[in-house]
Amino acid sequence: MKIVVCIKQVPNSSEAKIDPATGTLNRAGLPSIMNPDDKGGLEFALQLKEKYGAHVTVITMGLPQAEAILREAYAMGVDRAILLTDRKLGGADTLATSNAIAGALRTMEYDIVITGRQAIDGDTAQVGPQIAEHLDIPQVSYLAGLDYCEECKTFKCTKETEDGYEILEMQAPCLVTVLASAVQPRYMSVNGIVTAFEKEVEVWGADRINVPEECIGKAGSPTSVFKAFPKQLKPAGETFEVTPEEAVELIINKLKEKHII
Amino acid sequence: MNIADYKDVYVYAEQRDGKVQNVALELLGKARELADDLGEKVVAVLLGKNIAAKAQELIAAGADKVMVVENDILEHYMTEPYTQAITQIIQEQKPSIFLIGATTIGRDLGPRLSARNVTGLTADCTKLEIGEDRMLMMTRPAFGGNLMATILCKDHRPQMSTVRPGVMQKATPDANRKGEVVNYNVTFNMEKINRVKLVKVVKEEKTVADISEAKILVSGGRGVQNKEGFAKLEALANQLGGEVSSSRAMVDAGVIDHSRQVGQTGKTVRPALYMACGISGAIQHLAGMEESEFIVAINKDKFAPIFSVADLGIVGDLHKIVPMLTDKLASMK
Repeated sequence: MKIVVCIKQVPNSSEAKIDPATGTLNRAGLPSIMNPDDKGGLEFALQLKEKYGAHVTVITMGLPQAEAILREAYAMGVDRAILLTDRKLGGADTLATSNAIAGALRTMEYDIVITGRQAIDGDTAQVGPQIAEHLDIPQVSYLAGLDYCEECKTFKCTKETEDGYEILEMQAPCLVTVLASAVQPRYMSVNGIVTAFEKEVEVWGADRINVPEECIGKAGSPTSVFKAFPKQLKPAGETFEVTPEEAVELIINKLKEKHII
Repeated sequence: MNIADYKDVYVYAEQRDGKVQNVALELLGKARELADDLGEKVVAVLLGKNIAAKAQELIAAGADKVMVVENDILEHYMTEPYTQAITQIIQEQKPSIFLIGATTIGRDLGPRLSARNVTGLTADCTKLEIGEDRMLMMTRPAFGGNLMATILCKDHRPQMSTVRPGVMQKATPDANRKGEVVNYNVTFNMEKINRVKLVKVVKEEKTVADISEAKILVSGGRGVQNKEGFAKLEALANQLGGEVSSSRAMVDAGVIDHSRQVGQTGKTVRPALYMACGISGAIQHLAGMEESEFIVAINKDKFAPIFSVADLGIVGDLHKIVPMLTDKLASMK
């Protein structure tokens, strides 16, 4: 089986700054982690590898520093790592991002593409399904469980919904978007950490993916940030230092006033 | 693409088991405002099996026209048949705006539609309005909620956005509103549809409530200390008819399940009442709850940042105040 896992490096803090010149987010200089949903996806891939034998590739699109999460993926047990990085890919919205990643995937073989459901910096949950559409393959999103049937070449997927779950059978090749809550990702192995830095991270530029320039980066983005502004925090209410009895009275009176009770 | 060819505000009328979802009615309320600003129509797109009878409910909520697609394969939501049906409608009818609820269904369908129709999609919008040049201004939180960004989709149509349940207001239903109901004929590509088979749908009485749907949340942080402390919050939540939630500290301490975590790495909530007990108010937590309608904070530390967003702040010991409040509420019934 051939598996490609799409992962993203995300800032692990809310100290983000907006570049006032371009209106896009400046990601430089922030502490970064592998996006949690993507890490869940990587764990599913490694479990399939253990169970059925598989070659697992991870790919990320981002700044050169995103190499760090590819090394981490090596230390967890993947076989190949690709960093897609190019100025031409910058400033991309979800559609342009998915065009670029789908372009990279078209040059590779896969039975299943695994992505996280959403990234904690953008929270859109769009790139996975958009990749699937570009590749003309089916998808199951909100994946909470995954197994494979070797004879029928189908993946058995458990999809989480608001009021329960669904079981779906999906023909390969296909794509799933994974929930971090579905699985506990393994730790990097000691041996893995040692060898991770000896392995090759392939660095691909935009010329490697064969996607027209008008479909990637800022040029390929139908949406653009018109303006960005700090959130208006509402003015603070009143704070009281009172006895517990008085506190209870205050709270109950307010809740009555607001028709909450 | 000639943008002038595209008009009207479309809403995906999400239904489950034949029941129109609240988020669809909320979107119709917003779509009505947008369409009135533009001088255009509101069109609801209703897909399902034997579903046409629900069209009147959508008209009452603000639709001028309902496009109904009925087919056995649309009985239960599946990515491909729904994408095919709506894509045909988009290609033939050329909507200017297309709104979708940000549910597990909408967030599966929306990106698929945007890619197939090569247009932009803006997720989880909290504000939608028409700008000077008749474009849809889509505002959403960026980066954990510290920043807001207004997004435009200038040169592609439809302008698509998703909106979370509970964000927009539905209009008071008007049973006398008149609207047109169109039975839309769709040609399906079964080869693509058959790549995925729905084996089983399981409805669960959720043992874990969805805190993002709760109207009242009693939320605990480090000051709650342990499971015994949390039991006090549970008693209060029961008394108020709400749910308990927490900050990250309590999840990391193993006191409560991650599904109840509020904040940047948890859920975003906007209940009518958020009671923050023993929560200091790290920025990552505030990002997940500051949109709550009314915030009560109880904390021993009068300098805790939570007080900067609280409507009512109490400097005090939650372990005393919460049980007393619970008893008092019980005695009032």
